[in-house]
Amino acid sequence: MIGVISYLVFFTTVASILGIAVLGLNLQWGNTGLFNGGVVASFGAGAYGTLMLGGPAQDGHLGGFGLFYPLALLGGMVAAGVLAWIVGKLTLRLRHDYLAIATFGVAVAFENVMRNATSITGGAQGIRGFERPLRDVLGDGFTYNAVFLAGVLVVLLLVYVFLERLTVSPFGRLLRAIREDETAARSLGKSPDRIRLISFVTGSVIIGLAGGLYGTFYAFVSPQDVLPILTFQIWAMLIVGGAGNTRGALAGAFLIWGAWTFSGWALSRFAPVEAQLYTGSIQFVLIGMVIVGMLLWRPQGLFPERLIVSQPGRNREKTQVEGFT
Amino acid sequence: MPDALLQIDTLTAGYVKDLPILRGVSLTARYGELTVIIGPNGAGKSTLIKAVAGLLQVTEGKVTLDGGNITGISPDRMTRAGIAYVPQTDNVFRTLTIQQNLDLVLKLHSNPSGRLAALFRQFPVLKEKRRSKAGSLSGGQRQFLAVALALAVEPRLILMDEPSAGLSPKAAEEVLDHVKELTRQGVSVLLVEQNVKQALKRADHCYVLAEGRNQIDGPAEELLENPALGRIYLGGERKGAA
Amino acid sequence: MIQHLVDGILVGSFLSLGAIGLTMVMHILRFANFSHAELLSIGAYCALVFDKLFESVLPVLSAKFGPLSITGALAVSILISMAVTGFTAVLIDRLIFRRVRQKGGELSMVFASFGMALVIRNIIGLVFGLSSELYSRDIAFAMVLSRDPLLLVKPDQVFVLFAALIIMFGLYLVLSRTTFGFSLRAIAENPSLAQVHGVNLRRMVAAVWIIGGALGAIAGVFYGLSYQITPVMGRDLVLPIFAATIVGGIGSVYGAVLGGFIVGVASNLALVVLPSGYSPSVPFLMILAVLLVRPNGLFGEARA
Repeated sequence: MIGVISYLVFFTTVASILGIAVLGLNLQWGNTGLFNGGVVASFGAGAYGTLMLGGPAQDGHLGGFGLFYPLALLGGMVAAGVLAWIVGKLTLRLRHDYLAIATFGVAVAFENVMRNATSITGGAQGIRGFERPLRDVLGDGFTYNAVFLAGVLVVLLLVYVFLERLTVSPFGRLLRAIREDETAARSLGKSPDRIRLISFVTGSVIIGLAGGLYGTFYAFVSPQDVLPILTFQIWAMLIVGGAGNTRGALAGAFLIWGAWTFSGWALSRFAPVEAQLYTGSIQFVLIGMVIVGMLLWRPQGLFPERLIVSQPGRNREKTQVEGFT
Repeated sequence: MPDALLQIDTLTAGYVKDLPILRGVSLTARYGELTVIIGPNGAGKSTLIKAVAGLLQVTEGKVTLDGGNITGISPDRMTRAGIAYVPQTDNVFRTLTIQQNLDLVLKLHSNPSGRLAALFRQFPVLKEKRRSKAGSLSGGQRQFLAVALALAVEPRLILMDEPSAGLSPKAAEEVLDHVKELTRQGVSVLLVEQNVKQALKRADHCYVLAEGRNQIDGPAEELLENPALGRIYLGGERKGAA
Repeated sequence: MIQHLVDGILVGSFLSLGAIGLTMVMHILRFANFSHAELLSIGAYCALVFDKLFESVLPVLSAKFGPLSITGALAVSILISMAVTGFTAVLIDRLIFRRVRQKGGELSMVFASFGMALVIRNIIGLVFGLSSELYSRDIAFAMVLSRDPLLLVKPDQVFVLFAALIIMFGLYLVLSRTTFGFSLRAIAENPSLAQVHGVNLRRMVAAVWIIGGALGAIAGVFYGLSYQITPVMGRDLVLPIFAATIVGGIGSVYGAVLGGFIVGVASNLALVVLPSGYSPSVPFLMILAVLLVRPNGLFGEARA
């Protein structure tokens, strides 16, 4: 019994951490209509930043500043934010798919640098030996995980409340206005580029926070944690939940993470041995199909936003013309 | 009285589903006539000719050309049926030269090469500038190119959306004169205009739309005298237009 | 140094071919297609299948052309693969992208292509296995072009370069001389005006996919000839190809050609100063540099 509970705690912790990342992405895509193809870069910046700042001194690579944990976590978030600011600053004033390409590029380059810059990031070995906060008080067992889960849930709640407040605030209305009709927003004297940049950086900082918690939970991060598939997973969570809908995004996180772990377990349990090598490929195809299938058949998600709004970046007249294609 | 060329029958259409801009508009354009559609902003004038041109989904009603049903056929087949459309803005290919613009449309309809020479005779200014990019033309010249592109396919009917918009008064009159001249050559024109006075001076028949519906119609000279025109059209706001 | 330059030009030849199709799709359909590089994989594997088929059915075709490792079987297979990949691209558009296009905006298309890339890549992995394949197991010996400085080039690479240049020239003629080429430019500039003047949008969209798929197939085979064929080659190529289109300016075919060579050369020259492990990051750095200096690329026009 304790085994099941312990597993549930573990599962809920990871799903909640990913849920935080989905909330960050939702701010970018759901509320602002920005395509972030490199979610994993923000996530990784948060994880690496936190572990490098908060970890003990180590041989062989940079880091080991042993910072007070909340400061280290904050540092990870800042790292994610700075990265997002650079990319956003360069691309947000351009044609919108530049952002998609540039963020995708950041993710590729981020993983590549983490893997190769051994003297800074520990290379393929990653960063180990992180001392998790309060470990000396709580130990390493179930108690620690339960308390950690509680901590994650508190953070999740805070992020949730923050974003809910943000969406109904004047700033949130502005985001919607820009998403729906950029020209109109501009004519009202608002600077869409600046607003979008703020939204993009804020979203990335939240994703960075998720990354920091993720690194803390495993007390370890390596290039394997910042592979592109994580971006796809988080996107799938958002599209299943329904872009623009905070609660839906959370439900999507639990649903997709549940489906992911279950499919991995089922494949390793029931698939023939020779097919085991292809478990990953099968799961990747499934994630891709979830994304494409949702876009085709239920683009508003399983739990759609209650407000009636059109798709991001939609241009009515052009859609009409393209309706003949 | 000449026969009907284009017949629009209780047409309902719009940009998005369930939000019709046109709510049952009927209209007849006769052979060799200049038929003008006027009406206040948002009346659905441009929407009407876009729907006829095949650029919008028609939800109800019928459009016939010479008795043949052409409701909702695709825009590229519309030109082959004999209808050309001159949009209000972006009505030439800016990145192509004038000659390339005309060549493209002529070749798409496998028209004989003599047609280009004829068009150049009709619009000498285009011949002069045939090697310059269409994007570099002045407003009036651009409208001439747009009209020439429409004429290239030797249409029976040309739909024109406010060809005088944004032009100087002089250039506007020149363009509208040319439009009138076309009807004398036997091409029928269905024209949407904001410039009511200038349009009515040249029109044979005029329709007034408001809020997506027919209001009044009649021969142009009769309509000018009709006090209802001022009431519908001006609504107290756009004084001096008529 | 010279060797890196030459290698870069050779790499540029298939990057350019891939980028031409991508830039055309981005221009006409107005979305960044993340699954374009998967067309290269489809092309490479399709040619592989037909190559093996012909070699076993018609052994006479397995003779090599001179010093090349390319056989008659492969040459025929490339042509078949171009057709198959072109039609696959049209099929994917009809089944997926067109429906998304009718429902949502341009970014939904980007998103859909993101998902499609993952699906296609992993289905290829499931069908053909995760290990790499080669068109020919024979070791191709490099020709020594010069001893000092040492300059080595494989005959296949020279063939690839010249074939790519000839194909690009052919495409140039089509785009600059034919009604089809002007129709494409018209559609790219103003789709609704092009339609009312008689251009069949549906058919042009299909044509763009066929061209993109066919050029992608050649690029994929050429990549396979230069390195090896793997299910993840699309993943490794997508960023360099995007970089080529951005360097050249989105929508510019000539820009894509030049961009492909620039990215190829720059990636190889970067190896002079950077450890080779970092080469996947070079295209991204180039994208950043271009966005900083000349956001619309060498030949691109600003467009919202």
